Amino acid sequence: MRVTLWGTRGSLATPGPETVRYGGNTSCVEVRGSNGASLILDAGTGIRRLGANLGPDAGRVDLLLTHLHMDHIQGLGFFRPLDQPGQEVHIWGPPSTTLDLQARLSRYLSPPLFPVRLRELPCRLTLHDVPLGAFEVRGFEVTAALVCHPGPTVGYRISEGGVSIAYIPDHEPALGARRFPERSEWTSGFDLAAGADLLIHDAQYSAVEYSRRVGWGHSAVLHALRFAAAAGAKRLVTFHHDPGHDDAALDRLVDEARGSVDVPLELIPGAEGARFDLSPG
Amino acid sequence: MPQRAVEIILMRQLAGYLAMPILLFDPEGNLLFYNEPAEAILGRRFDETGEIPLKEWYAMVAPIAEDGSPVPLETLPLVIALKARQAAHRAFWLHMPDGSRRKVESTVFPLEGQGGRNLGAVSILMEVRAA
Repeated sequence: MRVTLWGTRGSLATPGPETVRYGGNTSCVEVRGSNGASLILDAGTGIRRLGANLGPDAGRVDLLLTHLHMDHIQGLGFFRPLDQPGQEVHIWGPPSTTLDLQARLSRYLSPPLFPVRLRELPCRLTLHDVPLGAFEVRGFEVTAALVCHPGPTVGYRISEGGVSIAYIPDHEPALGARRFPERSEWTSGFDLAAGADLLIHDAQYSAVEYSRRVGWGHSAVLHALRFAAAAGAKRLVTFHHDPGHDDAALDRLVDEARGSVDVPLELIPGAEGARFDLSPG
Repeated sequence: MPQRAVEIILMRQLAGYLAMPILLFDPEGNLLFYNEPAEAILGRRFDETGEIPLKEWYAMVAPIAEDGSPVPLETLPLVIALKARQAAHRAFWLHMPDGSRRKVESTVFPLEGQGGRNLGAVSILMEVRAA
């Protein structure tokens, strides 16, 4: 399995010379399996470059959305496969308690927020209300579960060829916890991340920033690290970087986290363009 | 142990901050959690008892009706809320660990998650003090 980060920023695209190393595009990750099939996770602004890199014979495209906050769907209208007549595209994402994915997504892909309506796209588009639990997509075993973040939000666990990744880009498992992490059954996202070879997880804030933004749905770097360790993930990729954190600030945050908690896992600051080749064992 | 639904996790966290007695049950009626105000009414600490299966919980508190007869399990507000998927309310007496009895009013509502998932029930347990 090969995992490529096309966008690592949270909340708002943040291009500029001070963010060139970790990147300014918002959430988008590509997962390519051993059979050549791929899944795309989220449609932040990073998906534009990914779409441009997909060849004309890419085959069926499957896009899994964690939720519909703007930083996770803003690139959708600029994702080339959607503009290709006849291209088969499947978009999976959470419904709300009253609206299905199509109705929710149409609120963005329609005027005045976007000039083209969802139904006007020339591709062969199928929208799926993502099932909670395990399902299969193109040879990948996918598990979706609701996680702690404002509004309907899922995290994903994807397994193929003997390896698993967990993708929980917007997640506040420490919300309200007296001790964090709590026992496994009382920790949001735990089952998704348990024993994952690679965990891509929200690490938006420093500890001080988190104390001022409790309930906003995101984690401090230390929360992400403790969560990963408790779940037994082998590698943690920090993700959803705060727009206010430049490259130097991200270096500092990760260095501080490494120095403050001794855990048996590899801590990797998520950088746009980074690739991870995962194999069993 | 498998992770619980995030709605249950958030409900427990909310209960942990509220000053009113809250008990949280799974769809089978097993007591998953009760908060500190509920501990004061029940005379037991959650850290000591942990989760309690429904029948054990029923035997432990042995609810008594106003007329002195035992409250059948199936007429407890909890069981009605879980089976009928509707809110239920009733006053009854609970047996305390020290042998005394305490009058309470129990209001229970079912918890329904996304996609109509039956997640269990929440009980608000208020002590009725003599006027």
